[in-house]
Parts: sequence; C-alpha cells; structure tokens
Amino acid sequence: MSENTDPADIFRTEAAELLEQLETALLDLERAPADSNLINQAFRALHTIKGSGAMFGFEQVAAFTHEFESAFDRVRKGETAPDPELIAIALNAKDFIRELIEKPEEASAVIGMCILTDLRKLTQAPQAGAALAAVGPEAAAPAPPTSELQHWRIGVRFHKDVLINGSNPLLLLDELRALGDCNVTVDCRDLPDLAALEPAVCYFTWNVELTTTHPQSAIEEVFVFVLDEMELKIEAGTAPATEGRPAVATQEPAGEPPAADAAIKRGGKEAATIRVPAERLDEMMDRVGELVIAQARLSQLAGAGASTNGVAEEIERLTSSLRDAMMGIRMLPIGSLFGRFRRLVHDISRDLKKEIELVAEGEETELDKTMVERLADPLIHVIRNAADHGLEQPEARIAAGKPAVGRIRLVARHAGAEVLIAVSDDGRGLDAKRIRAKAEEQGLIAPGAPMSEQQLYQLIFHPGFSTASVVSALSGRGVGMDVVRRTIDGLRGSIDIASEAGKGTTITLRLPLTLAIIEGLLVRVGDARYVAPLTSVEECVELPPVVGAGSRGRSFLNIRGELVPFLRLREMFGESGEPDPHQKVVIVSHNDARVGLVVDQILGGHQTVIKSLSKFHADVASFSGATILGDGAVALILDVPQLIAAAQKREAHVNSGKSEAA
Amino acid sequence: MFGAQGYAQALMLNVAGEVFAIDARQVREILDPVPVTRVPGAKPYFASVLNVRGKVIQLADLRLRFGLPPATITQDSRFIVLEIEIEGDPTTIGIVADKVFEVAELDPATLQKTPPVGMHWRPEFIAGIAKWRDEFIVLPDMAKILNAQGN
Repeated sequence: MSENTDPADIFRTEAAELLEQLETALLDLERAPADSNLINQAFRALHTIKGSGAMFGFEQVAAFTHEFESAFDRVRKGETAPDPELIAIALNAKDFIRELIEKPEEASAVIGMCILTDLRKLTQAPQAGAALAAVGPEAAAPAPPTSELQHWRIGVRFHKDVLINGSNPLLLLDELRALGDCNVTVDCRDLPDLAALEPAVCYFTWNVELTTTHPQSAIEEVFVFVLDEMELKIEAGTAPATEGRPAVATQEPAGEPPAADAAIKRGGKEAATIRVPAERLDEMMDRVGELVIAQARLSQLAGAGASTNGVAEEIERLTSSLRDAMMGIRMLPIGSLFGRFRRLVHDISRDLKKEIELVAEGEETELDKTMVERLADPLIHVIRNAADHGLEQPEARIAAGKPAVGRIRLVARHAGAEVLIAVSDDGRGLDAKRIRAKAEEQGLIAPGAPMSEQQLYQLIFHPGFSTASVVSALSGRGVGMDVVRRTIDGLRGSIDIASEAGKGTTITLRLPLTLAIIEGLLVRVGDARYVAPLTSVEECVELPPVVGAGSRGRSFLNIRGELVPFLRLREMFGESGEPDPHQKVVIVSHNDARVGLVVDQILGGHQTVIKSLSKFHADVASFSGATILGDGAVALILDVPQLIAAAQKREAHVNSGKSEAA
Repeated sequence: MFGAQGYAQALMLNVAGEVFAIDARQVREILDPVPVTRVPGAKPYFASVLNVRGKVIQLADLRLRFGLPPATITQDSRFIVLEIEIEGDPTTIGIVADKVFEVAELDPATLQKTPPVGMHWRPEFIAGIAKWRDEFIVLPDMAKILNAQGN
C-alpha cells in the first residue's frame, strides 16, 4: 500500500505536524519572548516546511515560507523582539501556509502579500516588498524597480545524482527566473550517447544571466537545499542594456498543477494516515510472527490428527496480545488535540479583550483515534463557552477579588473504562435561577417545575437555548452546546456539569475508552445471549429465591446492607417461556449508580469486538452495539448507562407512587 | 430501477405468495437461513440481526412491513443480502424470501405503472409492475420499503 502513497500526501502530513510545532512555539514565545530555544524551534519548522515544500513541488508554499522565514530571521538574530503583534501576524502567516498546502486553489496571493508586508513592516526587513514575486503568479509579472539593477552570471552544475535525491533543477531555475530578468542557457556537453544514457542522471549544466535588484544572498538562497549536491558559481557583471532584450518567457510555476491535482484527489478529506511509534509496530510484528508459527504448528497437528489444545491456547494468547498491540496503535495522546485549543484561546482572548490562561493537564492520556478526531468540535464549543460566558471581564474579576487573568483548565484522565475530559473555568459560574427563568420563558420547562440543579444545568445543552442576552461572534446563539451533546451522545459518553456561583464551572465529558474491542461478560436471558461490558460489572450474585418469587412491587436487592434496584431482563426483553430456577443477578454500575440485571445464566468472559448496530436500530436504547460469538451468532451488547437510567426511572416511579420499598 | 439501458437482470423471489423482482445489481448474496438474533425493543419488521461474514447486518421481514403475519422459515426460505442506498448511505441489509426462483431478464417494454387499485401492497412501496413468464410481478422500491423511519 505504501508504494502507492502520493509523496504530496507525505508532505502534507509532515507539514501539518510542523505547522503545529510552529504554532506551539509561537504561542509559547508570546509568554517567553526571550527564549531563543523557542525561536529556533519556530525557525526550524519554517525551514523544513520550506525545504520539503520545494522538494515536493509546493512552489507557493516554499516561496511564501521563504519570505516568512527571512522576516523571522531578524527575530532569530535578535534584531526584532517577538511582541504579541508580531506573533499574531506570524500565526496568520502560519494559517496561510496551511491554506496554501491544503487548498492552494483557494489561497489568495493578495492575502499572502498583505501578511508578508505586515510581517516585514514589523521586522523592518530591508528587502522591502520585492521578493514576493513567487507567491502568486500574477505578482511575478511587474519588473522590479530599475534603480539598483545588478547583473549576475551564474553557473549551475549539479551532481549526477541530484535527481535521484529528489531535487528538481527546473524548479530551482524557475525560482531564479522569479528573481528578475533571466536568461537561461543549457549546456549539454556532458550528455552521453543514447545507449549510455542513464535517465535518472542529470547531465546538464546551466548558465544563467540574471538581472535583478536582489542581493547575491537571494540567489544563493535559491540553491540553499542543494548546495551539497552542486557547484554554483556566481559572478557579478555590469548590467547590460536590458531594455532592448525581450524578457525571457518565464515558465510559470511548474509545481502548481500537481499540487492542485492532489488537492482535488484528496477531496477535502482528512488525511487518513496515523503516525505510529516504531516500537509499537515492532511489537505487533513480533506477535504476528509468533502467530504465523503457531498457525504452522496447528496445521501440522491437525494434519497428524493430534490434540490441538496447546496450540489453541497459544493462539488465544497471541490473539489477545495482538489485539492489545493493535489497540495501542489506534490510541493517540489527547495532547495532539489540546495543542489546537491554545491557539483558540489565544484568539478568543484577543477578540474578547479578556486575558485568558489555558492550563492543560493529562495531555498524555490516550484515546482512540476516531474519538480524538470527533472530540475536537465539541471541546472547541465548551472552551468558547467557558471563555465567553464563564469568564468575566478583567475589571469585574478584580472587583470580585480574583486575579485579572481568567483561567481555563483542560484536564484529561483515565477513570476505569472511561476517559474524563474536564473543562473548568474560574469565572462567574452558572446561574441556575437565570437558566430556569430563561427555560420557562422559552417554554422548555413548566413554570415552577421541580428540578434539581443538575437538571437545570443540563438545559444549557438544549438546542437554541442560551442565557446570553447578546449574541457575540463567538457564542450566544445556543447552537454550540447542542453540538457538544449530540457528539458526546454519539460517542456513547455523558456530560456532567458542576458549578459554583462566583467560583466557576466545570464541564466534564465522560467517554468510553475505545470504540473497538472490550472485555465483556456473556450472559443468557431466555434463548438469547447478551454481553455486559466487564468494566461496568461489579459483581454477580444469585437472586434470592424470596425476591425472585416475590411480589412484583419489590425490585430491590440487599447487597451488603445497600439497596440495589434490579431489572428483570426477561421481562424487559419480552422473553417468553419459564425462567431458569436459579436466576442470577449481574450488578453493574455507572457514575456511582448501581443496578442489578437479572439473567438466566452467566456464561463467562468474552472478548467482544464491537460492531455498531445499523441506523434501523437507532431507536433501541438498551443496546450499545452487537458482537459476533464464537459460534457465529450475534449477541447484543447491553448499554449499561441506559439500563441504569431505565431502572432509576422505575425507582423514581415506585418511590413517588408508594413508599413501600424497605 | 429499470432504466433506459434496456433489459435489466432481476432476481425473482416469492414473498407471501407474491412474486417480486429485485434488481440483480443490488443483490450481494443469497444465504440459507441461519439462526438470527432478536433485538428486543426494535420495530417488528427490523427485529433481528445476523452475522454475514463478520458483519452484523439487519434482517428485514417484508411480510411484517406489509402488515402480514411474520415469515415462517421453511426449506425453501432464503436470506437475500442486498446493498442499497437508503437515505443517501449505502446500506447492507438482509430480507427474508419464502422462495427464490432465478435471475431473469426483464423486458422493459412490459413495464407498467402501478395500478391504483387491486394491489394489497402499499402503492408507495412499488416501483412498477413487469411481466415475467406471462405473469405480472411486482418491482418493489426497496429503498422506500426499508427506510429507517419505517413510515
């Protein structure tokens, strides 16, 4: 498969990572402007983007980044300090590079020029405005000012293997052409006879006469990445009468068509590659190797008609470790997501004129790749909401005796089979009264309906609900939080809200660890088999005969002195026939709530590969998915949170009806 | 379904005594009945799932969809796995046929619109009527019949 990988895609993946590094460095730089490590880090990222951009034919990217880099070079040399204004523009420039890479047909050269002009103004770069030419083809047309025209004679000879190493001399010559009036002649003296010709060897030497306003360093810059692989001679000459000579028809950026093609091919989809630590791949390779050996043994034993128990056990062990290794590969640290939010907070903080500090913890917490991707949107909304509605303006904060700088904490951690992602702010907190008033006004709840604070808080996720009196550019339309809830529901997670007036709000997203494979407990209800996720199973007990045979009204068990409500799955799932004489209860828990599930038989542990149910079953709440058992039959996976909710509903019903439950 | 390209190949099958023609391009495979798993709480005509080569797919009982008693599995019953576009998504779904006859070529010249009366199927489920072996057969609109809302 890797043979078919489009090199442009490799560049895109690489560039995306580099841009992320660049952004991180720039954002850090805002706080520590003097940190030369950070400056160098940003500079390195720029330099690599430029280099590989040119290598893969992303001409515009290379040209723009080059300009960016030269402006930034002044920061590196300590001639300009990276003040917030410069960083804001540098961030814009970074965004523009991303656009050039991802959607070159949409990126406007004019915007690029504006950004560069701003950058230069701030860094007071000496070579004002001229070298822009390569950014957009249309910008290349006007001849540079004639005042400082200088004539250069340039000899270019590449080493033979320059093409093999991935450089394209023609692109470099095009870059030269972009510098000014340029006459390129090729010297084919070294070209061998056809029989001796190696197609991958560069036999040509070029002589270039260039008339330009750029200094010699600009010419050297063009070849900076191939200097090791070439001989470059640059001689200054007297400017000939250029007026008379027709401008050499410059071939417009040759690198553009492939880039555009690739963009179309990608169809705007997320790059579907994932970077995997090599050691995890090695581990997997080892397991696969062992598996192949075990398989060979199995064939041999099967052929000889011998007992296969030992091999079966070995294969079982290998499969499970292979599964673990595979899962590891799908896991991504959530920090990759957190990085984006720093930029978000930076921008929000500027737009809202609030000083906001984002503190991230638990960035190393790993989550399934699909989950990480799908969490980006909801988290953006939650963070925006915290910044816009949660945090007060600096004056109000000082008046309330809090530091002027608002703080948003982003914490990720594992808790059992769940990952918790908490976004907390130290702002004004949710105003339950106001939420109630607004909800009553909008007719979401009946006036005076008894509701717990938690229930009131949950209303903020209702579509169209917003307590903000003013709709800002950021939030207030009541759309964002609805997105949050729908996404989290879709991932089978849940949302908790805690809030204290004047102290702040914490919104916690609880998510299942993985979407792919879980350990399950296989149970039988009537003729059907079901899987309960083992992580939510607390214990299994026998249903006391008294309770089992007893009245329908009582559906509580006494588990070591605690009352646990139970659900008879037979009734719930409409199983006909007689229940087994000794019914078992599987006690499951979720969010500190416990419920017993009465089943006919507990069959044992089961490695459960989760298959999603089709949309035809979107309305079936009791199951979170299905799996395939060893005999090929399908078993449904019990959705514990939903079952607990069902039990609680019934409990509430029983409690309000008659308080006979002892 | 049976467009302007001339003859269309169709799988002929029997459900509740009625002969249906299903576009052969939609048919993935025809299986002997296997045990299925009931999904408690689901709509009756989508009430079961089964394992087809490692994928959990939906089994739809067209009889229930048409308001008839459920299918009983007999020696002639077959599960037909279809791949059709439902509400924009390509969906793999199984249906129960009481009997499968053959793959036949339908002559588009015999194609007729659904008569407004005289059918016991709901008219919106039927894409047209065609002639096969001198019999009138129903061309069902599977995408409509199997839509997830079930209305």
